[in-house]
This record gives sequence, structure tokens and C-alpha cells, in this order.
Amino acid sequence: MKILIIEDETELSDVIRESLEMEHFLVESAEDYRSALDKIISFHYDCILLDIMLPGGSGLDLLQELKDLDKSDNVIIISAKDSLDDKLKGLNLGADDYLTKPFHIAELTARVKSVLRRKSFEGKNFIELSNLKLDAGERTLQIDNQPIPLNRKEFDILMYMIVNKSRLVNKTALAEHVWGDHMDEADDYEFIYSQIKNLRKKLKENNAGVEIQAVYGIGYKLVQL
Amino acid sequence: MNLLNYTLRYLAFALFGIISVWAVLFYINMLDEVYDSLDDGLDNYKLLILEKVNEDPATLSRTDFGEANYEIREISSIQAFQEKDSYRDTLMYMMNEKDLEPVRMLTTDFKYKDRFYELKIISSMVEEDDLIEDLFFALIWLYVALIVSILVVNNFLLKKVWKPFYHLLEQLKHFQLGKGEPVKTADTDVKEFRELNSAVTSLVLHTLETYNSQKQFIENASHELQTPVAISINKLEMLAEKNDLGEAGLEAVGQVIQTLERLTRLNKSLLLLSKIENRQFPETENVSVNDLAAQLTNEFADFAEYKDITIKLYENSRLSVSMQKDLAAILLSNLLKNAIVHNYSHGSVNIYIEKDHFSISNSGNPEALDKDKIFRRFHKSNSGKNNTGLGLAIVKAIADLYGFGIEYVFDNMHTIKIHVEG
Repeated sequence: MKILIIEDETELSDVIRESLEMEHFLVESAEDYRSALDKIISFHYDCILLDIMLPGGSGLDLLQELKDLDKSDNVIIISAKDSLDDKLKGLNLGADDYLTKPFHIAELTARVKSVLRRKSFEGKNFIELSNLKLDAGERTLQIDNQPIPLNRKEFDILMYMIVNKSRLVNKTALAEHVWGDHMDEADDYEFIYSQIKNLRKKLKENNAGVEIQAVYGIGYKLVQL
Repeated sequence: MNLLNYTLRYLAFALFGIISVWAVLFYINMLDEVYDSLDDGLDNYKLLILEKVNEDPATLSRTDFGEANYEIREISSIQAFQEKDSYRDTLMYMMNEKDLEPVRMLTTDFKYKDRFYELKIISSMVEEDDLIEDLFFALIWLYVALIVSILVVNNFLLKKVWKPFYHLLEQLKHFQLGKGEPVKTADTDVKEFRELNSAVTSLVLHTLETYNSQKQFIENASHELQTPVAISINKLEMLAEKNDLGEAGLEAVGQVIQTLERLTRLNKSLLLLSKIENRQFPETENVSVNDLAAQLTNEFADFAEYKDITIKLYENSRLSVSMQKDLAAILLSNLLKNAIVHNYSHGSVNIYIEKDHFSISNSGNPEALDKDKIFRRFHKSNSGKNNTGLGLAIVKAIADLYGFGIEYVFDNMHTIKIHVEG
């Protein structure tokens, strides 16, 4: 899987690259409009992370180029501007997603994988890990082919943790992803713990091959047993 | 006190002084003229009497005033030499007035056939007290007439001449920064008003310019902050994933990440505020407050449960508002968040939806909050370190944007009411 990062801030680009390489993706980067355009025209990427404000041109123009090349459906816009206009323009030009800076690494990973999943499975949206099988479309979980009932939040947490398996997931990232943006300012996000506790219990009772561990001070990590 | 009354007050004092001084001078002058003319008359009379004495010596026997205006008395030569002509004011009984009245009396002497006689001639005089009284009332009427005419003329003049001034004043009263309407001045021929108009216009333009660049600055600064914060958060997250930190290290990194998240929230709130004030949410749609409240109550259920707070939704009516969808959600969720955060364990939050308003009340500190301060930016009450202090400021900004009334009431529960109509 090849991913292109188009971002003029090299430090941000480097840290994203480092994270994506941990997921065993092949990562390339471009720092300005010109070099990004060269790469887009010459190579094929499975996913493109695109900043809007670039030296030498606008990311939206690059998106137009990608659309003309019929390659815009795997683009995730990463922008400092939380502007509805840019978002609508970007999505109208065929971008798959729009992520506002600053974001959590886990969230970026989840979004990238979601793009890749949609592309490679053509609607069939299964994720398998150990003896777990998640259907992202139907929102169901099977352990050892036995269906395990989960509520909406438990499913979202598990899905997010599995997408970010073996990675440290910040509890804020998890809360924002599962509970939505309105939960900010909500006292350290300790309230997510009770749902996680229930989920852990269900995983353990059904002998799941994975476990959600707490990482003190930061959040959680899903590990394969 | 308005301009009219103000000038009138000074004019009234000034006129009072001027008229009083004038009245005294006028009175003295007039009396002087009256005496002068009386004395002339007495002189003339004296000559006439002397002539009469020459023609008819019997006249000399008139030793009493009686019906005539003079009396004659014989005196010694020594007395005659001592005496000189004198004009005096004296009192004399008047038959018609049945009272002593002032008279002017000339006392003089003459020689007739080697004998000396004293002659006294009187003339009825102005009654000073009557004169003063008449003068006083005349002046009072003059004074009142002057004041009234000044009032009328001034009123008319003020209305006409000061029209551009009041127009400008009205404009300034309704002027609001950020509403985007500059001040329109009225044409005028008065130089001072023209200068005032141009001074105000340039002041307003300058203020608007400063305000706009300030707003732009806040927006740009917030945007520029996003990338460095993104780099910091993501680098720290990567650092935490490297296994060589240890528990203390991880905790420290976690705290820094949380602080950066707080910075992010602050930044986003500031951006949101400046966007609301810049009216960057033009599109509106009909949003059902009932549906939104139900959805948010559901979203906040876990958080409320963790804080041991019961949320109850009382839908006494269906209520829809025409506004931007995201802003409606932010308005309601900020109120809800506020009600949950500033609460105590086993507390409650009640949402009421009525025909023309909705309100959210919560238990909490049993003291009323300062209703002038709670909607201010960065006004922080005691609890909640993760509080940006902007939540209610955003609520207020959204309410203002759509012209909703917003009201804080305390009756053991802290209640914030949003009137969506009127």
C-alpha cells in the first residue's frame, strides 16, 4: 500500500510518515505544489493526504488535477482551516475525507485505513484479527464465528482499537471518535471507562484473542494475546 | 438636562439679573425726572402767587392750606435771612384717600411792603409704593414673556438647526461594531456640524478598520497555531509509543498532550467565536429543538452517568428554529455541557421545551451567579480545569447572531432560557 503525504511542514509530514510506516505502509512525501503534481501524474497511490495551503499553489487545485485524472477518491484533506467552504469544495471535488489540524495520530490511521478498506473490498468491509471478525458495514462482531452482541459505542470502540491495533490510542482521540465532537471540555474523558470495561468483559468472556490494555496517563492499547 | 433646558436655565438667570438692575436704574431715573418736573411746577406756582399777592394783599391772610395749595405766614427778618428755598417730601392728610399721602413742598420766603413772609406750596406726588408695585408686576410679565418666547424660538431653532446633530446622535446610538453598517450623516450648512460629521465618520471608519483587522488577526493567529500544535501532539504521541519511557515518563507525556488538547479547544473556540461574529454561517434550515435535544441528551448520557447526574427532557411543545444546523448543535450542547460540568454528584439537569423558548436548568452551587458576567469571555467560576471559559460566550454569540433573547434565572436551580421568538 502506497501513501503520499502532501504537506509543506516537514516536521508534521515526518511524524505522519513515521506513524504510517509503523503500519507497514510505503510512504512518500511532497512539500510543494510542483513536486506534488509531478508525483501525482507519474505514480499511483492508494491514499493521498493533502494539505490545502501549499507553497506554489492550492491543494484544491491539486485535487482538481486528481479529479481530472480520476484519482481523487482516495484523498484525505488535512487542513488547518476548519472551513465549511473548503470542506464542501474538497468533498465536491471527490475527496474522501476532511481532517482538521490538529488531529490525533490514531484518528489519521483510522481514516486512512477506512479509505483503503473501502477501495480494496468494494463495499465488503470485513476486518479480521486473531479469532475476531468485524463487519464494518453491518456493524457486527463474531468471535470464533459466534456473533457477540455489542452496543453502538462498544462496537465503535472495538473497531477503532482494532484499526489502531498495537498502537497507543489517546483517550481523547477515542472519545472524540466514538462520542463526537461535542464532548470536548468534558473532564478528562474518564467517563469512557465504563463502556471500555463492559467491552473488555465481553471480550474476555468469549475468549477473544485480543485484549484492551490501559496505558497510564494516556489512553488504551489493543494487543493480541 | 437637554440642551434646550440647559441654555434656558442660564438665560433665565442672566435675564433676571439684567432686568433687576435695569429696573432699579430705571426707577431712580424716572423718580429724578418726576421730582425735577414737580419742582419746576412749584417754582412757577410761586411766581404766580407773588403776582397774586401784589394784586390782592388779602392773599397774605391765607395761613392755612385749605382748598388751595399754599399757605403764607409772616416771619421775622432774622428768620427770613436764615431761611433758603427748600424742596421737601412730606406727608399730608388727603381727604379722598383718608390717609397721610406724600406731597412735595416748596418752602420759600418773600418781602412785601418791608415785612417778611414765609410761603409754603405743595403739590401732590407720585405714590412711590404704588409705582414700585406697578413696575414690579410689569417687569414680572416682561420676564415671563421673554422666557416663553425664548423657549419657543429656541425650541424651533433647536429642532431645525440641530437636526443634523440629532440625526448623527441617532445613528451613533444604533451603531454596532461588526454589524457592518457605517454611520450615515445628514447634509448641513452649519460649519461645526459639517466638521463633527466628518470627524465622526472618519473615527467610525478607522474603528471599523481596526476591528476588522483585529478579527482577521485572531482568525489568522488561530489558524497558524493549528499546525505547530498538530506537530507537537503527534510527536508526543509517537514518543509515547516508544517503549523506553517508563510510567512516569508516559504520565508526563500524557499531561503535556492533555494541555495541548486544551490549547486546541481554546483555539477552536476562539475561531468559532470569530466566525460567528464574522457571520460566516449564512445558510439556515429548520432545526427541531426537540430532536436535537433528544439526540444530545443521548450523546451526553455516558458523561452524565459518570458524573452521577440525571438529565430529564420535558417537551411541552414542539419547537423549531431557523438557523445553521451546526450552530444549533453547538448552542445546545454547550448549554448541556455547562449544566453537567457545573453540577454536583446526584444532581439533575432539566431541559424544558416550550412554545417560544427552551431552557436548561441544573442543580449546583446554591448561590446565584452574576448574570452580567456569566456570558463574558473567559469568565470562569470555580470548577472545571478543562473549561475554556468560552462555552457560554459562544452560546451568547450564537443567540445574538440569530436575535434570540438569552436570560439567566436562579431559583435554587441555575436556569438559562433561550427565547427564540421576539
